[in-house]
Amino acid sequence: MSRALFVKPSSLSGPALSVDMTASFAGLELPSPMLTASGCAAAGKELDAFFDITAIGGVVTKSIMMQPRSGRATPRMAETPSGMLNSIGLQGPGLDRFIEEDLAWLNNRGARTIVSIAGETAEEFGKIAQRLRNVGGFEAIEVNISCPNVADRGQVFACNPVSAAQVVQVVKRNSDARMPIFAKLSPDVTDIVEIADSVIKAGATGVSLINTLLGMVIDPVTMRPALAGITGGLSGPAIRPVAVRCVWSVRQAFPDIPIIGMGGIRSGTDALEFILAGANAVSVGTSIFNDPSAPFRIHGELQVALAERGFSSLADAVSYAHRPVDTTREDPITSEQSSDDDWDFISE
Amino acid sequence: MSVTLQVSSEVLDVRRAGSYFVISLTAPGIAEIAKPGQFITIAMGGEESSMMLRRSFAIHQVQSRGVYGGTLDIVVSVHGKGTKWLSERRRHDTLAVVGPLGTPFSLPKSPVSCVIVGGGYGSAPLFVLAEQLRDRGCRVDAVLGASTEEKLFGVLELKRLATAITVTTDDGSSGFKGNVADVLPELIDRVNADVVYACGPMGMLSAVAEIATRKRVFSQCSVEEAMACGIGVCMTCVLPVIGDDGVTRMVRSCTDGPTFRGDRVRWSDVGTIPEDTYGAPVSGVRS
Repeated sequence: MSRALFVKPSSLSGPALSVDMTASFAGLELPSPMLTASGCAAAGKELDAFFDITAIGGVVTKSIMMQPRSGRATPRMAETPSGMLNSIGLQGPGLDRFIEEDLAWLNNRGARTIVSIAGETAEEFGKIAQRLRNVGGFEAIEVNISCPNVADRGQVFACNPVSAAQVVQVVKRNSDARMPIFAKLSPDVTDIVEIADSVIKAGATGVSLINTLLGMVIDPVTMRPALAGITGGLSGPAIRPVAVRCVWSVRQAFPDIPIIGMGGIRSGTDALEFILAGANAVSVGTSIFNDPSAPFRIHGELQVALAERGFSSLADAVSYAHRPVDTTREDPITSEQSSDDDWDFISE
Repeated sequence: MSVTLQVSSEVLDVRRAGSYFVISLTAPGIAEIAKPGQFITIAMGGEESSMMLRRSFAIHQVQSRGVYGGTLDIVVSVHGKGTKWLSERRRHDTLAVVGPLGTPFSLPKSPVSCVIVGGGYGSAPLFVLAEQLRDRGCRVDAVLGASTEEKLFGVLELKRLATAITVTTDDGSSGFKGNVADVLPELIDRVNADVVYACGPMGMLSAVAEIATRKRVFSQCSVEEAMACGIGVCMTCVLPVIGDDGVTRMVRSCTDGPTFRGDRVRWSDVGTIPEDTYGAPVSGVRS
């Protein structure tokens, strides 16, 4: 079989864990860059049984709409290679009950909250933002623009730079001027940088990259679509390279905007990829289904991964993969060492 | 609040039982607090597995103390690559386990007459239940049904636990030729049953609940729905259930269930969103 080609440098055996994990972006100062991904953590309560929900950067809640919503028929999910397809249809309690129960619980618990909002029209997004503004008790808004736009024959807002911008504009107008607003973008577009440009110009503080990719599974037994909703959103490690590419491209175009990265993060080195590509913070989603402690575990693993590479703070690692190629200077990690274990397979 | 644990379990034994596999594993902390009808989830295929979703298994037997501390048994029916992988585990292998999960069966306060109904390996959670019902002085009559003899699970074991047992198979290879619904009405009358507990496929649960409701007998059904998380966050395992206020909601089988009152589940509407469901789409407005 394979033989290790490189010997691990001594720094790896006893990493100093004094890495400052503070994530400072968009006016926020979070003790950890780890967030939950919207729709994969409900409103944090269930996960608090597995780890201290206040120990991570924050909870991004499941997208809330104005009215209670039953969601779609079942089956709502199908397992796929290194991922899953889901078609939940934004089941939720509606904004009033969300505020009374979920947001109240998060505040009582002392968790930091990013509220994800969704709507069928730009006006609905605006009304939700207005109501939330009056209530307070959260750190930021994530705008889920990957919903069908009723006014545009069901095309999702996120796929059209003009409708994406309209939603962001109305949310911005109805929010406190200092409230950070993140637009969550879909990768199912020709040029995600164009959409990012559009929402930033419309007033978004930053972007969340990425939402699920539209996919489909046909059940070989029934020979019909596996999901009641026919198509669904693909998530999990299968989409990670797509997500890293999106973060990279948007970071390259906008060196200074806040970016929350997500898409198949399962380990500390996965999270590191996003940070190096330009994410200021990261969300963990589908991996929670595999390991309910994942956001907390990955925080620890990321801290170790940063220490091993000689970083003393998370901030130093953000966008580090974009640095110019420099042949005279050694990288924090020993120059002949590749950080990817797969290189072990290149032997003899 | 109920306690849920995430532990690393050691496989103690994997043995065949008819069409199924029974796996014994250490479950420190979980075995001690598990109640009848609760389940565990197991991650499939190790840390780098391409199978991201855990599989859920009813807790079949528990031993709260012994050489290994708390241990428990689950029953596995191989019907996909995850369960195949699990059936190939051997002694000393480790499994990532979460539990105990879900709403357990509720037990009667007084010694009443109970009928327990299991379909296929759906009988798995009924053994601990039968034990606890007997401990409370209840009469326990069991009905086990399956398509064919080798798909019955635990007939001998349940014979020891129950007052009496009736077996049905679709093909007549064991017991009464037919299904559990064919024998249940007469049994309910004969033993003057106060409560029916059932676990098995949806079609069977639907029939059992219908019979119990018709005969004005309280019923509790443990459903098996496809789950992604098992802990209440993903919203994939929902089904339409009528609440105390008479309103139908799409509720989670994992945390609100898997045990539901038989007369509250809208069995014929499972897999759909009934029009009068709380938050249902208004026709013509939503996709």
